[in-house]
Amino acid sequence: MKNISKKFLFVALGTLFVVVLAYVGCNQSKSSLSGNEAERVYVAPGNYDEFYLFTSGGFNGQMGVMGLPSGRHFKTISVFSQNPETGYGYSEETKAMLNTTYGFIPWDDAHHPELSMTDGVPDGRFIFINGNNTPRVARIDLKEFETKEIIEIPNSAGNHGSPFVTENTEYIVASTRFSVPIPQSDVPISSYKENFKGTISFIKLDPQTEKMNLEFQIIVPGFDYDLAHAGKGPSHDWAFFTSYNSEQANTLLEINASKNDKDFIAAVNWKKAEQYLKEGKAKTVDAEYYRNYIDDKTHTAVSQLNKQVKVLDPKDCPGMIYYLPTPKSPHGVDVDPTGQYIVAGGKLATVIPVHSFDKMIKAIEGKQFDGEVNGIPILKYDAVVAGEVSNPGLGPLHTEFDGNGYAYTSSFISSEIVKWKLGTWEVVDRIPTYYSIGHLCIPGGDSKKPWGKYVVALNKITKDRYLPTGPELTQSAQLIDITGDKMKLLLDFPTIGEPHYAQAIPAEILMKNSQKIYKIEENGNPYAVKSEKDTRVERKGNEVHVYMSAIRSHFSPDNIEGIKVGDVVYFHVTNLEQDWDIPHGFAMKGMNNAELLIMPGQTLSIKWEPKKVGVFPFYCSDFCSALHQEMQGYIRVSPANSNVQLSYSLGK
Amino acid sequence: MKTKSAVLIAIGALILILTFFFPLWTIDLDAPQYPEGLGLRIWLNEISGLRPNYLQNINGLNHYIGMKVIEPDAIPEMDIMPYIMVFMILFGLLNAYLRNKNLIYIWLILFVILGAIGIYDFYMWAYDYGHNLNPNAPIKVPGMTYMPPILGSKQLLNISAQSYPSVATFIILISILLNVAALYIGREKKNA
Repeated sequence: MKNISKKFLFVALGTLFVVVLAYVGCNQSKSSLSGNEAERVYVAPGNYDEFYLFTSGGFNGQMGVMGLPSGRHFKTISVFSQNPETGYGYSEETKAMLNTTYGFIPWDDAHHPELSMTDGVPDGRFIFINGNNTPRVARIDLKEFETKEIIEIPNSAGNHGSPFVTENTEYIVASTRFSVPIPQSDVPISSYKENFKGTISFIKLDPQTEKMNLEFQIIVPGFDYDLAHAGKGPSHDWAFFTSYNSEQANTLLEINASKNDKDFIAAVNWKKAEQYLKEGKAKTVDAEYYRNYIDDKTHTAVSQLNKQVKVLDPKDCPGMIYYLPTPKSPHGVDVDPTGQYIVAGGKLATVIPVHSFDKMIKAIEGKQFDGEVNGIPILKYDAVVAGEVSNPGLGPLHTEFDGNGYAYTSSFISSEIVKWKLGTWEVVDRIPTYYSIGHLCIPGGDSKKPWGKYVVALNKITKDRYLPTGPELTQSAQLIDITGDKMKLLLDFPTIGEPHYAQAIPAEILMKNSQKIYKIEENGNPYAVKSEKDTRVERKGNEVHVYMSAIRSHFSPDNIEGIKVGDVVYFHVTNLEQDWDIPHGFAMKGMNNAELLIMPGQTLSIKWEPKKVGVFPFYCSDFCSALHQEMQGYIRVSPANSNVQLSYSLGK
Repeated sequence: MKTKSAVLIAIGALILILTFFFPLWTIDLDAPQYPEGLGLRIWLNEISGLRPNYLQNINGLNHYIGMKVIEPDAIPEMDIMPYIMVFMILFGLLNAYLRNKNLIYIWLILFVILGAIGIYDFYMWAYDYGHNLNPNAPIKVPGMTYMPPILGSKQLLNISAQSYPSVATFIILISILLNVAALYIGREKKNA
């Protein structure tokens, strides 16, 4: 009995010890900062951050613009989601941006921001982002920080592996996450293996017009395509795409798509594809898809419905595409700054496989194949692999590079970043993240010349890191210093939506080009007024067009009568200001869609259908001036059969 | 008169051409909301903002205190001044050719008088803009007028205004000094 109670005491004490240790350890992990971290991330009032950080909004369909090292949030760019705050997707000028062949889609799931590149280095012209749900790619102009173009991807179902760019932004790539019947048809789901296919799309960015065009698609076996990256330097002509579910399961993928030891990275020679395209090897296939763009002159979205796409079949195009066997259900595929190494994040793998571009070329030349799938040769793993990083953490997902010979891989399951050396493949450092990191971001970390000062961990779970806000907690990223031998956590900061991926660029590249106003004399919107003298109200049947101006601190006109129930009223509001940071808002009582936020020199239009008789106010909703509160007006709405004459005035 | 004097007079006339390319006067306005400043430049023939839209923005702000809109086209002096300057240049060149002392004196006196009129005119316009305010202005501060300074700086509500002569004015001064120097060099010694 004595022994038993002694044993019990030991166990109890031991347990207590472990608990205390865990508690201390826990507390240490939460406050393990020592030294000058605060100084490192402190950007004094009035000073600027060193980098812009563009974070994907995930399920909010937008993009966050933030600063590093402070982690401050500056702007949310509306991309795939309507934003009633500004009128994006509601105003007559912007709503066509969200047209798709499924109709008007006011939301999406935005995953991967990708900066345009010149010579493999971010050039600050554009940033692209994918709509994962209803397959789309958006182009955002970095002078205005506004979405300028959205192209839909046909024959795709879930544009996840996108929108990665080639070395000079010749192409933006897009691979489908879900394989589907192509063309779509009414077939049993269980006929997956025979009927379902994937596509890899190449969107060309016209060097002159800087507009996007779906140049061609490659039809590929019905796997799930996950992520991509284009080559650079020696691998310039190539782009790489990860795939999983090479098992071609159509149900319970978590089990059924995790069976094969190796899935594939598709290596696509896009130069060769261009050549086959020229030679007429592509089939022109009927496929409807929208391209929506903001017209440069009218600042108004135009929807263009395209009806055909050119499709290349690997069977007809030898040498265009190869499969690199890669363990196990790889997520990221990341090309190092030299363009030589292709790193795969095998999310269920115990190692990080690194393929060699040179070995790949030799293997192709030596025909070291291990079978083929649908006309795509599979290269022998041993013939292409350069090395494997052992002990890389559990669930390696994504790798970026610091430009000094090191790679940083995020490991989701073990919730850490692992730093390892290219060439020797040895792990040299690791740092925990809080918690469950997905992607990571080093400024320029997927380019030829990374600015390897920080790595940003983009986490999936925050749990106890912030003040709790009910069941839904903030999304979060972490800033880690990578200038020393040891990585050092500097800052936790919240992000908007889910930060799947982010890209960063030195502030100096963008801020000098940042536009302050729209020049009123260049405003080509057909509903614009260039001065207060031009303001007017016109009736066309039951359609009423109000050509209104806003300038501190009044609208013109601000008294309108003769509107009737049943009319469709369009307010075309031009902000006549030509002063920096003086937007005006336009808010109408009972407006069923949105308010407008109009930038200096811009015209935005919004539809209002009055349903009640009475006099209704409108006002400026962006505090513009000392007399902002006086910036208001009235609209009289008369019964449908009334004969109140249309009239309008200001100051009478 | 010596050739040296004639050369100085000619230079004095020719450098006046530069007055078409530089402002006569600068008025810089600073306000808490305008960290980048709001500069006005007064030229021979126009008033402009240092950056595009500055004049428009200044007018926009001025309407709150009831100041008239500054419209360079509405200031007739600005139409005349370029001709006056062309006349003075040609007159100067003629003097360099004729080397007539009396004509040079006339040129000098005329220029000084024109300059004085110019500054007086500038003062009158500034006075008018600053005092002749719309009685229905939203912002009325008892006893407050908004005449910008002609020389020096002045606080006008939230705006600090600094007003100083600029390059073209200094060119005019140099031109006058060159003519004075020409007369000095060219003076005939009495009893020689």
